[in-house]
Parts: sequence; structure tokens; C-alpha cells
Amino acid sequence: METHVITVKNLVKKFGSFVANDNLNFEVFGGEIFGFLGANGAGKTTTIRILSGLSKPTSGEVKVAGFDAYRQTEQIKKNIGYMCQKFSLYEDLTVKENIILYGGIYGLTKSLIKERIAELLAKLRFQEYENRIIADLPLGLRQKLAFSVAVLHEPKIVFLDEPTGGVDPITRRQFWEMIYETAARGITVFVTTHYMDEAEYCDRISIMSEGKIVALDTPENLKKQYNAATIEEVFIKIARPVSLHPHPPAPFS
Amino acid sequence: MRTILYLIRKEFIQIFRNKFISKAIFAVPIVQMLILVPAITFEIKNVKLGIIDRDMTSESRGLISKLEGSTFFKVSFSTFSESEANSLLHRNKCSVILQIPSGFGRDIGNANPAKLLATIDAINASTAPLSWAYLNGIIRDYNMDLITENISTNPLVPLPQIQITNRYWYNEMLNYKYYMLPGILVILVTAIGFLLAGLNMVREKEIGTIEQINVTPVRKYHFIIAKMVPFLLIGLIDLALGLVIGKLAFNIPFEGSILLMFFCASLFLIAVLGLALFISTFSGTQQQYMFIAFFCMIIFILMSGIFTPYESMPVWAQDFNLINPVAYLMRINRMVMLKGSTIHDISRELYSLAVIAICFSALAVRRYRKTA
Repeated sequence: METHVITVKNLVKKFGSFVANDNLNFEVFGGEIFGFLGANGAGKTTTIRILSGLSKPTSGEVKVAGFDAYRQTEQIKKNIGYMCQKFSLYEDLTVKENIILYGGIYGLTKSLIKERIAELLAKLRFQEYENRIIADLPLGLRQKLAFSVAVLHEPKIVFLDEPTGGVDPITRRQFWEMIYETAARGITVFVTTHYMDEAEYCDRISIMSEGKIVALDTPENLKKQYNAATIEEVFIKIARPVSLHPHPPAPFS
Repeated sequence: MRTILYLIRKEFIQIFRNKFISKAIFAVPIVQMLILVPAITFEIKNVKLGIIDRDMTSESRGLISKLEGSTFFKVSFSTFSESEANSLLHRNKCSVILQIPSGFGRDIGNANPAKLLATIDAINASTAPLSWAYLNGIIRDYNMDLITENISTNPLVPLPQIQITNRYWYNEMLNYKYYMLPGILVILVTAIGFLLAGLNMVREKEIGTIEQINVTPVRKYHFIIAKMVPFLLIGLIDLALGLVIGKLAFNIPFEGSILLMFFCASLFLIAVLGLALFISTFSGTQQQYMFIAFFCMIIFILMSGIFTPYESMPVWAQDFNLINPVAYLMRINRMVMLKGSTIHDISRELYSLAVIAICFSALAVRRYRKTA
């Protein structure tokens, strides 16, 4: 019934002898919000970079928007949006200049860029910031803008790598409203986060630990399966890499 | 094509929004021209001369006043002690010592060969022989004066002589500034091309903005061209600025075609920018980039023939210069500005520059990775 926009089979990514992604298998459906969870260093960013064509897999089969992650990285890039952990719009350009730049890069027409700028500024209530450089904007606004720029060209899939890190709860909420809106337009959202309340908002989530996917289902099913009240409980039960802490630290005496 | 324009626009906004860089790119050429052109010279002037006159006759004094009268030498010490003279040489207080032994005047009077001894500080192997040549010339003049004096007492004997007339072409007054200025212009353009674009690229890596570009469908050569064009234009503007200063401050002649010179400079800038961006692809930080770029720049500039004659370099060095864009522009600039060489005269240099420009740019595009 639903089409797969991302198909990953036996994906392995090694850096030297270190295995960052150890035999991953999953699919992402068109239009869903897919939460990609895992502890720090679990290998999430590595996977996102492979899926968005920034990095080549070591082995396995990866298809994104119907294109192959080994040979068709540039076609993949035409069909995705990407917003990285680290804020990466140009800080010395204004809001408007950033939008024009990325609009131009994705081949939007001049009039369409103009239209999108007006639309975006109105939607984000950003008008007063139009000609301010990014460096002067508060983090929450920047992240919202970066997300808007990532979906400027109406991609099939947008990858969000910890988009709400360090952002206040109100802005986070607004950010998730934007995510819902985007998904409602048919854009698949692939999002990583460390906020477990956000994980509850996803249609399906996967949890990664030490380079492996250890759980993948809807939040409801996972909670049932692990007999937990929240996703946070589920996460703590399965995502904590035991090998890193063989002995719990001694309590202060 | 449209993408390139959007990217170029972005680069220009960023360059001119940076308060320091936007001023420095215009201040640097002015300062560099005004300081380097008059300062860098190989002219021999005011060589410090120490004299040991053990003769103290009218003949020895005549020779000394002849030396004092020349612009090449400045008699800075007179002494009777050889050890004092040696210590002066040792302490850089003088560069040449001339010893006039006692009996110098007597020998001249008796028509015996008179003797002199010159000791020259030869730490600088190129100025030492020149000092000697000038000293020799003055003494020969003095010698000639003596001979003609003697002949005039006996006018029946004609003195056989060869008379040579020479003309210095292209730089008749032997003005060193004319020789150095075109070279300084090359250094200026080299610095702009080498440093700014490469650092700009590596900075994008450091901040992480390049990742956002790499995840878009932008073409590699679009991105590279967009990094080149602004600095190519800035380089040409600086070249023009340097020429204007050369004209106003030093009244430099310009015999050839300005258009030809700018065309060559454009090819040169593409070559240098290509190399700079190539280096930037394997530098992770601005520090790494600076280290490699500085190293390359020093080698390219010192081997280019700006200070030393190209022809006297060892063969391997001349072979290396086949891929040294600075060496080509160094020759082209001097030829076009001072000799008025035409496109035919510099065709070999021009073709070589074009090939280098294409190769370095292709390397930069090839080596730039959008997918690691």
C-alpha cells in the first residue's frame, strides 16, 4: 500500500576497523515521520550521511528516493533536503540572502524564490528579520529557518539531524508543528533526536545501539513490547551500550 | 549557469561584508608597491671602502680622491694598521680594503709597475665581484690618466685604443625600479590568488557550511568556478591599482598592450586559483592550508626569476619552472611592460600558462569531493 522512499539492506559502514553501521536493515514509507534514535556515538549521523549522499556505504544495498547510494548520489541530492546537527546556513548572509542562495542552487525560478521568501517570512513571522544576518538571530529562529530552507525545493525526503538540540521547549513545539505540516504535504521526514517526548510524535521509530538497530516499530507497539509507560523507558532499557559501563560507578560515600 | 551566478553573488556578499578583508584587498597593493618597489634593488652604491695608505704621496692621494669622487664607493676608514682594517671588515664596518704600499708613488715616477692590494668581503657572491669590477674600473681610469699624462710629454707616439659605444635598450637609464616593478606586481597577484580563495574554501570546511552545499545537487565545477571568479576579479583590480601606483609614484613605462597583460594575468590567476583550491581539498584547517600555501608560494616566487636571472639557474630548476606559473607571468610582465612585446613574442609563455591553468583547475575540480 505505502511506497518505500528509503530501503536499506545489510548496510555496513566501516571507518578503518571501526564499524559505525553494522548490518542495518530498514525501510521508510513515503510521507511518514521516521524517528531515528540512539545514544551518542550509536552511528545515527553516519547513517544519515550515507542516506543523503555525503558518504558512501562500505557494503549493503541502499536506495533513497529510488536512487542508488553508491552511484547516484547526485540524483539523491536533488530529491532530499538536509539539515545538519551543526547549524550550517551562512552566518554572514541575511535571512533573505540565504533563501535566495539555496533557492538558486536547487534551480527554483526567480519568481518562485521571491514567492517562497514572502511565504516563509509570513509563516515564521520573520518579516522583521528579513535583512538581518543569521549570526544575529536566536538559535530557535535559526533552526526553524534552516528547516524551511531544507524543504524550500519540496524534496521527497528531508533529513533532520538533531534539529532541536539546545532549543527552548516553546520553539521545539513550534518546530514539531512545522514537521507535521511538512509531512502532511507528503514530504517524508527522517529525524534524529535525543528528546524522548519528540520520539512519541513520530509515526515509527528505530533505536540504534552500537551501530545496530535494536528496535523498530511504532511508539505504541514498542511501549507495549517493552512493557514501558514512555519511550524514554524503552530507550533506557535497550539503547544503553552495556559494554561501555561494565561496572556502575561507585556511589559517593 | 544560473547556479554559478547565485554562488558568485554569495561569495561577493561575503567578501565585502567582511570589514577587514574588504579593506585589505585594496590597501595591500598600495602598501606593497610603495614599500617594495623602491626598497628592492641590486644597484651597487656607497660601498664602504677602507684604505691603508702607507705611501702618502701625491700619487696615492690622487687615487684616493678619484675613488671618493665615484658614487660607488664611500671611503669610510683610513688606517695604517692591517689588523685594524681586517677587524673593520670582520665587523661589517667596511666591505672593501685597499692597501697602497709604500713606494707606490715612487714606482709610478720610475715607470715601474706599481702595486696595490684589494681585499673584498665576498659573503655576497654577487656583489663582491661587482665591487671589484667597479674598483678595477676606477683604478684603470687612473692608470689611463697616468699614461696619457706621460704620452703628452712625448706626442710623437700614438696610443692605440678601441672605442666602444654601448646603448642600454628597454631601460636606458638602468633604472632598477623599472625592472622590479613588473615583478612586484606578479607577487601581488600571486598572493591574492594563492591565499584568499584557498582560505575561503577551507573556512567553509571549518564552519561546516560546505556540508550543506555538498548535500545539494550543485555541480563540483560550478562551486569551484564560483570560488575562483570573485578572486580573479579582485586580482585584476589589484593589478590595475598596482599599475596606477607604478605610473603615479614611479612613472613606470608601459610599452606593450595593457589588454594583453590583463589577459595573461587572468590565465595566471586561474592557474594559481586552481592550485590553491586543489591544495584546499586536502587541508582540513586554515592552519594546514596556510602552511602548504606559504611553502608553495615561496618556492614559486623565488624560482620565478624575480631576483635571479632565469638563465643562470641549474637545468633542473629551469625544468621545474615549466610548471611554475609565477615564472611565466614574471617574464611576460617584464617583456610586455618594458619591451612592448606582442602576443607573438610571448606565445610560448601564453600557451604554457593556458595549459597550466586548465590542468590545475581540472585537478581542483577532480579532487573536490562532494561524497566522501
